[in-house]
Amino acid sequence: MKTDDLITLLSTNVEPVDHRQTVRNIGMAIVAGAAISAATTFFVLGPRADLATVGTYLPALLKMVFTFIILVPASLYLIRLSRPGGERKGATALIALPFVAVMLLVVLSLTFAPGSHWKGAILSDEWLECLLSIPLIAIVPFSVIVWAVRQMAPTDLARTGAFAGLVAGCLSAIGYALHCADDSVPFFALWYGGTIALCTFAGWKLGPKLLRW
Amino acid sequence: MTVNEAELGALMRASLGGDAAAYRNLLSRLSAQLRAYYKGRLARIGRSAEEAEDLMQEALMAIHTRRHSYHPAEPLTPWVYAIARYKLIDHLRRTRASVADVPLEDAKEVMAMDDYTGTDSANDLGKLLDRLPDKMRRAIQSVKLDGLTVAQAASKCGMSESAVKVNIHRGLKALTASIAREKRT
Repeated sequence: MKTDDLITLLSTNVEPVDHRQTVRNIGMAIVAGAAISAATTFFVLGPRADLATVGTYLPALLKMVFTFIILVPASLYLIRLSRPGGERKGATALIALPFVAVMLLVVLSLTFAPGSHWKGAILSDEWLECLLSIPLIAIVPFSVIVWAVRQMAPTDLARTGAFAGLVAGCLSAIGYALHCADDSVPFFALWYGGTIALCTFAGWKLGPKLLRW
Repeated sequence: MTVNEAELGALMRASLGGDAAAYRNLLSRLSAQLRAYYKGRLARIGRSAEEAEDLMQEALMAIHTRRHSYHPAEPLTPWVYAIARYKLIDHLRRTRASVADVPLEDAKEVMAMDDYTGTDSANDLGKLLDRLPDKMRRAIQSVKLDGLTVAQAASKCGMSESAVKVNIHRGLKALTASIAREKRT
């Protein structure tokens, strides 16, 4: 085929396109992911029994806020990564900062707690459930986000996949916080932080396969 | 370089608004730059000019089907370069060459040279079109090859106007995919 023929084919009656549409799709996918993870927690696991009392919805809220702080910059960076060459702008390290900050909190709270309390704070009854629930709940939001990002044209697939995983993990953790009744900071940081990191790792591995175009 | 960027950026923004003449101009200039880029890259590892032409056409189709991913406020050059490089790495991976051969160069490099001497590529447009589903083929044939308006094509093919648009869009994506697949076999 002559390249001129191809150019004629592509340019004849070319349709105007809206560059905002696909970015909107990613935003909508993230909002939908949040709704899905909240709904899954609510209907499958059930909300924590004491959610209605003022004293306990605060810690749950706090867990959500912490996760939200990681979620927002990660989402913005994901949108940037979804455009060709997006990985060349902005430092990934900066986006990881909120994550590091939350982890630092844990180390601090562990240093100030007496050694005998460590095991109780980290290995409470819920750790296994948390470890399984967050990655499982993240699957559907992750798929929706990957679908939206695929409409764009990421050129660093592993990194884009990792951030899709990070965003999905955060969304899942926010939903799961409605159920989880363990409010200790070390528990939150280790198991929430750990599972979100796991989701990020999974996205990093899956990105090159799922996002190729 | 800056003149080039400003000029091409303006053409791209006009194209996104549906200006076919600007788009034609843009694609023909980008094709020359991409040809020079791919010829240079592939020649270094002993590949033919025809292979470079194939790859350039694939990149051109990628630019077309992904043109909504360009943000009008940003420079065009890095965007084109990122796509060109992505398609090069993808191509080398498919044809089992070492990706380590692709150095991280400056975005300017892809825009540094023009090469207007086209070679015929192995992609046969007619054959590729024949393999498309009927609706897609007819939509592309009437609007993109015969130059009918979407409304005329709609009444000719007995589809709604939005169906014609959707079929063109899907058809071009399928064409891009089949060009890529062709190479792997």
